[in-house]
Formats: sequence, structure tokens, C-alpha cells
Amino acid sequence: MFAGAIILVSLAYIGVLFAIARFGDKRADRGQSIIASPYVYALSMGVYCTAWTYYGSVGRAAATGVGFLPIYLGPTLMAVLGWFVLRKMVRISKTNRITTIADFVASRYGKSTLLGSLVTLIAVIGIVPYIALQLDAVSSSFTLLWNYPDITSARSAGSAGVLDTAFYVSLAMVLFAILFGTRHLDVTEHHEGLVAAISFESIIKLAAFTLVGVYVAFGLFNGADLLYEQAAARPDLARLFTFNPTTIEFGEWTTLTLLSMMAILFLPRQFQMSVLENMDERHVAKASWLFPLYLFAINLFVLPIALAGLLLFPDGAVDADMFVLALPMHGQQQVLALIVFIGGLSAATSMVIVDTVALSTMVSNDLLMPLLLRAGLVRSPERRDVGGLLLAIRRIAIAAIILLGYLYFRLTGGSAPLVSIGLISFAAVAQFAPAVLGGIYWKGGTRAGALAGLIAGFLTWGYTLSLPSLHVIGGAPDSFVVDGPWGIGWLRPYALFGLTDLDPITHALFWSLLVNTLLYVVVSLLRQPSAIEHSQASRFVDAFQHTGAGEPLLFWRGAAPLDDLRSLLERFLGAARTERLLSTYARQRGVDWQTLTIADADLVQYAENQLAGVIGTASARVATASVVQEDPLTMDEMLRLLDETSQVLAYSQQLEERTHQLEQKSLQLEAASAELRAANERLQELDRLKDDFISTVTHELRTPLTSIRAFSEILYDNPDLDAARRTNFLEIILKESERLTRLINQVLDLAKLESGAAEWHTTAVHIGELIDDALVATSGLFAEKNIQVTVAVGAGLPAVWVDRDRVMQVLINLLSNASKFAPADVGAVQIRAHHAGGWLQMAVIDNGPGISPDEQAVIFQKFRQAGDQRQGKPKGTGLGLPISAQIIGHFGGRLWVESEVGAGATFLFTLPLEPARSVGSDEGMG
Amino acid sequence: MIKGDKRGQRLLAIFALGCILLTYPMLQIFNHGDLVLGVPLLVLYVFLAWLAVIVLTALAIER
Amino acid sequence: MTHKVLIVDDEPNIVISLEFLMDQAGYAVAVARSGEEALAQIRTFQPDVVLLDVMLPGINGFDILQRVRQNATWQQIAIIMLTAKGRDVEVAKGLALGANAYVTKPFSTRDLLAEVRRCLNTGQNHDARPG
Repeated sequence: MFAGAIILVSLAYIGVLFAIARFGDKRADRGQSIIASPYVYALSMGVYCTAWTYYGSVGRAAATGVGFLPIYLGPTLMAVLGWFVLRKMVRISKTNRITTIADFVASRYGKSTLLGSLVTLIAVIGIVPYIALQLDAVSSSFTLLWNYPDITSARSAGSAGVLDTAFYVSLAMVLFAILFGTRHLDVTEHHEGLVAAISFESIIKLAAFTLVGVYVAFGLFNGADLLYEQAAARPDLARLFTFNPTTIEFGEWTTLTLLSMMAILFLPRQFQMSVLENMDERHVAKASWLFPLYLFAINLFVLPIALAGLLLFPDGAVDADMFVLALPMHGQQQVLALIVFIGGLSAATSMVIVDTVALSTMVSNDLLMPLLLRAGLVRSPERRDVGGLLLAIRRIAIAAIILLGYLYFRLTGGSAPLVSIGLISFAAVAQFAPAVLGGIYWKGGTRAGALAGLIAGFLTWGYTLSLPSLHVIGGAPDSFVVDGPWGIGWLRPYALFGLTDLDPITHALFWSLLVNTLLYVVVSLLRQPSAIEHSQASRFVDAFQHTGAGEPLLFWRGAAPLDDLRSLLERFLGAARTERLLSTYARQRGVDWQTLTIADADLVQYAENQLAGVIGTASARVATASVVQEDPLTMDEMLRLLDETSQVLAYSQQLEERTHQLEQKSLQLEAASAELRAANERLQELDRLKDDFISTVTHELRTPLTSIRAFSEILYDNPDLDAARRTNFLEIILKESERLTRLINQVLDLAKLESGAAEWHTTAVHIGELIDDALVATSGLFAEKNIQVTVAVGAGLPAVWVDRDRVMQVLINLLSNASKFAPADVGAVQIRAHHAGGWLQMAVIDNGPGISPDEQAVIFQKFRQAGDQRQGKPKGTGLGLPISAQIIGHFGGRLWVESEVGAGATFLFTLPLEPARSVGSDEGMG
Repeated sequence: MIKGDKRGQRLLAIFALGCILLTYPMLQIFNHGDLVLGVPLLVLYVFLAWLAVIVLTALAIER
Repeated sequence: MTHKVLIVDDEPNIVISLEFLMDQAGYAVAVARSGEEALAQIRTFQPDVVLLDVMLPGINGFDILQRVRQNATWQQIAIIMLTAKGRDVEVAKGLALGANAYVTKPFSTRDLLAEVRRCLNTGQNHDARPG
């Protein structure tokens, strides 16, 4: 009869939770949030109070008196600092679209997938004991209540009934958490329904606990003071009123306070509720006293209940962790007992739901997604619906995590006090402290440092705390714990390196945080952070300096084909949402959607941010990388920028001059100097862009440099290399050095030509002489390949008015190109010059392989050479023709090519025969 | 509402005060089992100090 | 067993130096001078390590990297990007796409050999590491 009622009421309670969640979501969809209130926010932070608080605190109080309190004092102190620490984490998470604490750490240290996976692993393994604790408490309380009115089967160690119940409770929790936690895909959008339900649970557990407290203090005893008086009369209970070396020491008190300060920030469920689900930063301020007040209220009756339990159930007949439920049963209060059970259920379910939601998101986004992306998931066309896959992964993860909790419960036999199980989890998440706190206050922290610290701290935690907990079966530690592994004393997990006389938690926390922090700092200091680490570091540390959402740093210089980007988004977000996001973007930026085919860097960044909301920052980076095309910054663009630099430079020189002239007229001077300032600012901007130009050029410079360095090192390391090879390698070094020199000269030359800074010495030049001189300079090249050269200069050509050296440069360039492409021995090159309607037209004709129309289009661009696609690169810099074209253009002429594949190539240029106007100006030939 | 800067300083001060009130050696002063107002002195002290921190924080935030 | 190294680069002199280095270190060496050739060599030569340039005639290095990482049978091939493209965005892209290491040209011969050795030792480990 009563048994049926327990199940019925439990189901009804869960039904109410679903109804609240549904209501919350519906209201959110209509834009009427029911959780946008600091009170709801503070209540949702109450997810901190789990079955540990509800059942375990009383057990702890029965053993140590006030020893249960530091777990709530720490969060109180941290809440006072909330205005600094928590608000900063909230701000950072909002601007960076962080989805979990693993994502937070990964994002801070350069969006590192490895770091994200590590944090996920630590969190999952760390939280497993905590979940076991909830299962333990729910199944114990259920078993106890089931036998009503008998108060016999308490949490007796590993009793089969409790274990079986725990299994069914686990299954129910799995079902519940899946139904509840994975209704949505996007994890940065607020889970309004979830928050509403959790806040409701916070009210229920506080109300139920207070109810039983009042009943115990005033129903079973006539007031709390009488209860204390009775206890004071018993020496074994009176000892609980003070600190006592055998119960709780000050050292442990301080440790627990510190530990819980970290737990309130880094427990995945706390991070979820207080950071990710935060609706408004101002709520953080109000919660910094509301949330401690909640903790205060829920702890008021802990000690009275513990004392009453000890008075009424002497000799340990009932496990102290179950006093909360046993006391109303003792007083035959059937309804109250049921309410208490529901309160405990609410405490446990809120923890399990929120933690598994947070952890499963981490598992899918930070652990599995990077692996799936690498395995080519994004590109494979048959996988259209990644959203479904994500949900499936999260559901499986939830089931796995809860069942792991059950396994842990089975292994430890459900014998340890609830609080000591929970503390193991606290110590695990405390390992995040150096990486997270260091990450938001110290720019010097690097990815390598965070990795080293976390790994070392986690391993130490495992050895000094988690591992021994599995070796304490049935309450008695085995020889691994007592004597150390293989009997080595200084390896004893509870007294590492002979550090005895500390309680296990303090001991583990000391060692693990010591190595963690030490490695984090030392390794971080060893190496400079990379550029992305550096930029993420300032995004995090200077979070408050950036205004609002801020302009995201344009990480992607690259562009992506819009179709690729769209299909990437569709895979993760679905077609409808992608369409919505893109059209929003188009509207905001005033982009015409119909004509766009390439997504620019800005849009790529936008898409990455949207993806980050679903799969986390690190995974989003990997996914985006797969569609972005590398290096869109062409030489042309860069030279244009360089051009602009030169122009502004010239302009500012003019200004300076003018400033000088106007020295007396102060008003005008002021105006001019303002202009000068503006020009200067623009200059600085352009200077930065010039750096990019240089990086493009250096790409070309690096190639010869690579050979030179490699062969130099080879020669240096191998002094006894045989002579032939030695000579060969040295020749390569010489050739590449020449290539490098040529390249540098030409880059400088081109820059000079394009900026208009080149000097021109125009004289009357007879083209016949010029050709002869050019042939002398290049005769070696032709002789080497045994190429025949013929010259045909039209009779009676007048002199042209040009810079002799410059036109010679063009001619030599064309001739050396011809020598390169003409075949050896049978090669023939012709040079022709004749009169063509007011112009001098020159042609250099070879009988080489010819140039295809595609190639003809690009050979006049910088760093583009004919032959790229065919037989490897020809020797040369790829700048000869662009320079030549510049020179000819300067005199008003034109340089072009006529060719057919297989029929040789003809390079032609014209120069005006009329000396007058075109000289010295940049006008085209029209 | 007072300016954020001042508020921040007050909160820091309250944090420091809380750290001192709620740890050793301050607790040692009240480490007696005597009942005061029907409640053990240490218990009474810890809860009152706790409440004081909460109230001060509320004042700093809300004023 | 001798480990096999595939060199993918279109710059003849760089290929000569890499061939010499890898040969001297006792590896079996094959060379590919274009993207298509590289994929063919990966199929037939089955290298343990690929030294991969980005700017190649035909398919570029990033595309090759991606194709290798998508092919389940090629997961244990270690790929070292060896390229003059040294901007952070390019390094990040290479590592994000699954390169085992990213070495920029000009490279130190000793560092490169150490990187190759590391990749052979860690075997199947695909951790992204700054180059």
C-alpha cells in the first residue's frame, strides 16, 4: 500500500518537473522568460546542494560536529568575490560562446582540442564518485522508506537489496536525464526549462529539509535549546560542540573551505548554472548574497537533526547519513517521511541532470567531435544530419556516465560516508583552478603549461585519493594503502614521501595542487605563447576592457566558397537555422545574398562562432579549417597596399613642407598638423599591412633559403663527404644564393617602380645599338644551349626617347626567358624591330613549347611563372615580366605575348616614337 | 547605486573579513562547549559570523 | 624493419637535401613532385612518414593531408607539414586538419630529423603539437 504510494508520488513529482520545464521552454520561445530574475538565478545555483547536503551533512555532523560547515562557508566567501571572478567568467563565456568548462579551458589556450579532451576526461572521471553518491543516497533512502515503519535496513554495507535498488535507480536516472537534458541541440542558448525545473527543485529540497528540521526540533523535542541541553548532558555528544583533534582539525577545516571555494566555480554543474545559464551580469551581484543565504538556511537544522538522531538511535543502529529520513519514521509521520524522501530525490536528481547535461556536452563537443572531424565526418556527403548524431552521442554519454557511477558504487560497496565520497570529486575539479584562474588573470599561461599542470595534478589526485578509495573495501583499507605498493613506505598513497599526519583530503590537495600549479607556471614560462594563444589570452584576461560583444579578432584571413560554408553549417545546425543565420548576417552587413559566392573572412568568423555554440570552440575551429581556403592575401593585394603606403608617405611629406611654410600662421598650422596626425595614423595602419606584404614575399624568399640552410648544415655535419657530392652541394648553395639575391633585388625594384619612386634618366636611344648590347650580355646563355639568334631591325628607325638601362633590362629579361624555353641545339630566337604607325614595335620570338592561353593570362602577375603545372618550376623569380611590363608602361607602351602551345612564343612591346608628352608620365597608350 | 569601483573595494574587504572570522585562529576563541542562549557557543558564533558576512555583502551590493 | 619516408616537394634542390638527410638517417626514401604523384605514392609505397609541402602543382598539401586523414587505412601514417607557409593561421590549419607536426622552411636539419624520429616513436599518436 505505502510502497505503491512512494512510487506514485515519485512519478508525480517527476511529472511536475517536466511540466515546469515545458512551461519554461514555451515561455522562452515566446520571448517571455520566466528565469530572467536574480532570485531564480540564485536558486538555480542551489544545485550545489545535492544528496550530500541533504543526507550527508547530517552524517558528517554526527561524526564531527560543525565539521560539515566549511563546504558551505567556502562558496559563501567565493560568492562575495563573485563580482570579480564569476562575473569575469560569465563575460568571457558570453563573448566567446563557450559551451562547457572544457571548452573554456580549450578556448583560453589557443582553442586546443587536446586540452579540451583532457579537461573532459578529468571532469568525467572526477564526477563519477559524486554520481555514485547520489545513487547511493537515493537507493538507501528508498530502501529505508520501503520497509516503513521498520527502521532496520539502513545503509548497511553493501546489502544486496540496496545494490539492486541502486541499479534500478540508475536506470531511472538515465531515462530521466536523457529525456530532460537532451531536448535541445544548441548548448549556448539558455536551457530555460531546465533552469526553471532546477530552481523549483531547490525550493523543494529546502522546504522539505526545513520541515523535517522543525519537526525534529519542536515535534520530537520541545525546542532546539532543550535538544542541545540533552545532548550537552551526554559527554559523547557534547564533544561535537567543539573542535577536537580526534574529530575535525583546523587544518582540515581550512582545506575544505578552500576546496569548496574552487568547487563552486569548477564543478561542471555549477559552471553550467552560474556561468552558462546566466541571463544578466547584474544577477551575479545579487546572487552573491542570495545564494549564501540559501546555503545558510539549508544548514540551520543540520546539527539539531544529527543530535536528535544520535539521542534517539543509540549504538549506531541507524546510519547517521539516513537520520533525516529515519527521524520522521521514528515518529510515525508517514506523510512527512514521504515528503522528506521527495526532497532527497529532488536534491539528487537536480545534481544528476545538470552534471550529466554538462558532461555529455563535453564528451560530444570536446572529446568525440574532434575525432569525428578528423575522420572526415564533415566532408563525407552521406552524413547530412550531424545534429542527430550529436544528440545520440550525448544520450549515450549520459547513460555511460550514470552507469559508471553505479559501477563505482558497486566497487566501493556503498560503505563510505557520503561526504567523503563527494570530496574526492571536489578535489578532482579543483585541478582546474590553476588553468582557469591563471587563464583569466595571467596572460603568460600557455597551452603547454596548462597541459602539464592538469596532467600532473590529475595523476596525483588519482594516486593519492581516487585509487585508495577503491582499496578501502568494507571500511578497512588494504595493504596497498597501509604499507604502500609493494611495501614501499614512501609511496603510501595517504602519506606520500612520508608526509604523514594529514587527513587524506588535505594530503591529496596539497600534493596535487602543488605539482599542478608548479608545472603550469614553470612550463608556461619556458616558452613564448604562440600568436593564437597570445590573442586568446588577452581576450580572456582583458575581458572587461573589450566593449560588449567586441569585434572578434579576425583569425581567418581566408575566404571559403559560400556553398561549402553553407553545407558545413547545415550539417550541424540544420537547413532552416542556417538559412536564418545567414540571412540575419546578410541583413546586418547589407550583403546581397544572390550575388555572393565567396564567404569573406568576416563571414567565416561568424560561421565559426555559430558552430562553436553547438560543438564547442576547438571543434568549430577544426570544422571551419576544412572549408577555408588558405592564404587569400595575394601579392597583388599586398602591392596595392604598399602602393597606398607610398602615396600616403608622399602626401605626408608634402604636408610637412606645407607645415613649414605656414609656420607663422598658427591657425592654419593647427589644421595642417591635424591632417598630419591623421596621415600618420593611417601610415601606422598601413605599416601593419605592409608586414603582411612582407610575409608573402618571405614565402618566396624562404624557398632558396631553405636549400641554402639545409645544404650548409649537411656540409657542416658531414666533413668527410666525398668530393663530388661536396662540390655538387656547394654549387647548389651558390646557385640558390644567386637566386635569393636576384629575388631581393627584383622585389625592391618592383616596389620602387610601383610606388613611383624610381628615377628615370631619359635619353635618345638607338634601338639597334640597344639590341647589340643586350645580345652581348646574354650571349653566354644562348651559347650554353647552342641556340641560334637572328636579328632583323627595320631600316631608318628613328631614336626613341627612353631610359636606356631600363629598356635594356626589359630586353635582357625577354632574351633570357627565350633562352630558357628554347630547346637546346635546335633552338632559334629572333629579334625584330620595326616601325608601326608612330610606334616602335619590338618582338622576341622563340621556338619553345609555347604558352597556353590560361598561362598567358597569369604570367604578367607577380610570382606566377609559365611551366608551374608542367615540369616543375623553371629557374627565375616570377618577377621579371611584371617588372618589364611596369617599365614599358611607364613610357606609354605595352608589353604582351602571342603564342600557341607547341608553336613557340612571341613577346612584343611598343615604345612611342614621338618623344614629347608621354615621357615621364604614367598615361597609358590609349 | 554606488560606483562599481567603490563597491569592488568594499566586497574585497568583506571577503578578507570573512576569511578571518571563519577560520582558525579566530574560531579557537569561541571553541567552548558552553550553551549560550541554548546553543553551543561555537555553533552560535559560526552561524552568526556567517550571517554577518551575508548581510554585509547584501548591504554592499544593494545600497 | 626500415621505416619509409615519402618526400613531397616540387623544389628540386630541397628534394635533394631531404633525400640525402633521410637516406643518411637510414630510412627508405621515395619522392613525389606533385599532389597526384603524392597520393599515388602513399598508396603504393606505403610510407610511415610523409614530409609534405603545401604549395604543390595540382592538389595542394592541405588537401592531401585531409584526404589521408579521411582514409581509415592511412590513419597511422605520420604527416609532417614542411612548408614556407609559416603564418599562425596556416600552422593552426595544418594541425587542425590532423598533421602530426608543422615545420616551417627554412628548417634546421637536426630539428627535422628529431621530428621524424618522434613521429615514428609515437606511432599512432595524432596529437597536435606546435611545430
